[in-house]
Formats: sequence, C-alpha cells, structure tokens
Amino acid sequence: MKAIYILWLRELKRYLRSRVQIIASLGQPLLYLLVLGFGLGPVFRKAGSGSYLQFMAPGIIGMTILFNAVFSGIALLWDRQFGFLKETLVAPVPRLRIMIGRTLGAATVSMLQGTLVLVITLVAGFRPSSLAAMPAGFLFMALIAIVFAGLGVVIGSSLKDMQGFQLVMNFLVLPLFFLSGALFPLEHLPRALAAATSLDPLSYGVDGLRAVLIGMGHFGIAVDAAVLATVAVMLLCLGAWRFSRIEV
Amino acid sequence: MIRVQNLIKRFGDFTAVNDISFNVNKGEIFAFLGPNGAGKTTTIKMLTTLLRPTSGALELDGLNPAVKQHEARQRFGIVFQDPSLDQDLTAWENMELHGLLYDVPRKARRERTETLLKLFELWEKRDSMVKNFSGGMKRRLEIARGFLHTPKILFLDEPTLGLDPQSRNQLWTQVKYLNETESVTVFLTTHYMEEADRVAHRIAVIDHGRIVAVGSSQELKKRTGTESLEDAFLALTGESLRDETATSADQMRQVAQMWRR
Repeated sequence: MKAIYILWLRELKRYLRSRVQIIASLGQPLLYLLVLGFGLGPVFRKAGSGSYLQFMAPGIIGMTILFNAVFSGIALLWDRQFGFLKETLVAPVPRLRIMIGRTLGAATVSMLQGTLVLVITLVAGFRPSSLAAMPAGFLFMALIAIVFAGLGVVIGSSLKDMQGFQLVMNFLVLPLFFLSGALFPLEHLPRALAAATSLDPLSYGVDGLRAVLIGMGHFGIAVDAAVLATVAVMLLCLGAWRFSRIEV
Repeated sequence: MIRVQNLIKRFGDFTAVNDISFNVNKGEIFAFLGPNGAGKTTTIKMLTTLLRPTSGALELDGLNPAVKQHEARQRFGIVFQDPSLDQDLTAWENMELHGLLYDVPRKARRERTETLLKLFELWEKRDSMVKNFSGGMKRRLEIARGFLHTPKILFLDEPTLGLDPQSRNQLWTQVKYLNETESVTVFLTTHYMEEADRVAHRIAVIDHGRIVAVGSSQELKKRTGTESLEDAFLALTGESLRDETATSADQMRQVAQMWRR
C-alpha cells in the first residue's frame, strides 16, 4: 500500500509544481469553449437545441480529462527510459503496485485538471441543473479519468519510441474525442457515425456527465456508468499485463 | 557475491551476450570494459532483473535474480546509464521515495540520507529541485541513492559519462570510500581506462558478447606486453570502430540531450 501511496503522491506533487504546464494545458479547452461555444451558439439555438455552451461544457470537461490521462500514459515511455520509473522497476515492489500507484496518480491529476476546466465553464456561463448533481458529476469525471489513465498505461507500456506518439494522437486520441459526442448531439446521426460513437468509451463518459449535470442523456445514466466501469476494468487488466512485460 | 555461468542473451538472431562466465568476490570492485555494443549493459540488465537471460546461470548473493526477483532486488543498488531521478522533486524527496520503495525504516532512512548526502556533498542542496542540478550533482545524488538501502552490491553503468575530471575524480573517491567502509561489492562499466585502472581490483574485457580477458590491471598489461591499460584494451579488442545502428533508446537519448539545458 505504501508504494502505491507514494507513487500516487509523486504524480500529484509533480502536477501541483508545474504551474506553467497547468496553465498551458488550459489553452485548448478554453479555445474550444470560447470559440466553438460562442461561435456555433447562434446556429445551435436556431436549430432549436438550446444553449450550445450548456451542451458542450460537459464535452470539454471530458476532453480535458481524456487528453490529460492519455498524455500521462505516453509520458510513461519517457519516464521508463530517462526518468524515475526505471528506478521503480528494479525496486523490491511488485510491478502491479507500481502500475496502480502511477495510474491512480494520473487519474487524480486528470480529475483535477477537469475540475479546473469545470470551474472555467462555470465562469463562462455554464449552469448545471442543480448543485446536488455535482457529486454524480465528479463520479463520472473519475470514471472517465480511470478509463483513459488505463488506456494511457497500455499505450505507454506498448510503445517502443516517440515516433508512435503521432500515430496514437491522430488515430486514437483525436478520434476518441471527435466521435464522443462532445461537440454534437448523438441523436439522428447517420448509421455509420452512430455505430462509431457507440463504440467510443468517451461517448458514455460525456453522455453520463451531460445527463447528471444538465439532464440531457442519450444512453441512460446506468448504461453509461456500467460501460465505463467495464471498460475501466478491462483496460486496467490489459495495462497491468503490458506493464509487467516492460523490459528496459 | 556474483556468479555468472554460460550466460547467453539473444535478441532475435543477434547474440548480445555470448556464453560468458565470471565471478565477482565479496567486497571487490569489478570493472567491465568493452567497446560500444559489447554486451556490458545487457549483462547488467540481466543481473538486475530487467531482462530475462536466454540461457545460463546467474547468482547474486546466492540468489537467482530471474527466479527470486524480489529478494535479489533488495540486495543490489543500481545507477543506470541514463538518469533515473525525478527532476521535479528535490534531492531529499528523491532519497525519501527510494527509501520508502525499499522499505527502509523511517529513522534509519533519515539518518542514512543525511550521512550520504553529506558524504556526496549535496546536503546543502537537499531542498533544491533536481532539475536545477549540474550533471555531476545528479550523478552523485543517484549514487548516494543507490547506497541508501545498504545494498550488498552496487551496479554502476558508465556513471562518469559526460562528467568533468574533477567530478569523476571525486565520485570515484567516494565510491571507493564506501566500498572500503561498508564492504559493498561494486560492479562497474566505463569507457575511461584510467578510472578502471585506478579503482578496480579486477577487470573483465568484453567484446562481441564474449569475455576476452579477466584479471587485475597489472595482469592484463603483462599478458599483452603493454604499458597502459588503454593499450592492453586495444590489443585485446582490436582497433576497428564499432558502428552500431541506433536503437530506439539511442534516438530518444538524442532528443533528451537536445532538451537538456
């Protein structure tokens, strides 16, 4: 337990100390929120779907968590060659605990970053239906964070070098974001697109978040939570296996 | 303390370590010398549980590191060729983290951290972030950290690469001191012959995955009829250059150097 705790704490400390990075990584969500939020707002309203800012805020929170969690997984590749991770691989601690500590740390940091963006959306004018919805909202944020921190470990332990990064970015992370319904409603989609969105775990995360925060759901809260939990368990098991196979 | 018998490691059809055998005695400083790609780091990785051998027998303090991983890991410390400190933590925090991972009791951890940081002249800087350290300071911290859990064996994989003569000199003085006072067995690799000449009790010369000679610096010089260890080394390994193809780790290392200030 001690090893898990200190590795978790390490991720947290590193995050809190990197102020510049915290602010830099808020740039993208802010851009989406302000430019798309206010730019597409009038069209969205004309189509009779209400406030676009209200609609997309949960999506942007989901996006922030996705990017943060996956990137911390990719950082693992660096960490295992030039960082502290290598030290932990020869320490008398089972690999599984190292993986759990690190993944929980990455998930917590992504949650914090997501919370920061949530605060920004509130400032920009996002209004959840009630304060009582907040705990459920955080639960969904945590689920999203664990799913993608798990995915991050799988990627970070499987990649051989940094060249794979572009591939992962363009063929995995960006599609995960764009297909998630973070930016558009999942109703009345062409069949192929609907099928693709229903395969994307982030769809369920954003949908769950939207359902509890503003009462607009597509799959249903129970389905969202169940899918996320299942995918989280699967990815963590796969991640644990990949991580245990790392040879430096 | 270390026994290696008929050790072989193949990557696909490339044989990195080709049937080597050697022993390292307790309290000895043993140097592994060899050109690039000779199999030095691969051997260290197998001894330190990071790679599984293709075949052959290994023993660290009577334990097989491939089977008794956990127990073997408690018995050695290692300083890798690439840095493995957490740059965003302080020197003190890096030591703490290591002590906790190795389950060193709190009191002993604090006391030993203080002793070691003082010995390696880092005590004044204990609360500074590692990213603000010079290359030499980082290396010293890594070595201090390697000693924290009072290992029986310390592996040093090219610890002085890229350091100035002053730092190198000081580093070896400190390692020698700990070797004598705590009778830690030291297994090192280096490209600097004069270092091996100065600190190592015995030297193994490895080339193309095979050990070509083992003995004290004196013995190697006598055997080859040369004046210096460098000449002995060249006589044993030949003068041809070793142009390896860069691996993914090498490529990353280049990027890492670009980003380092």
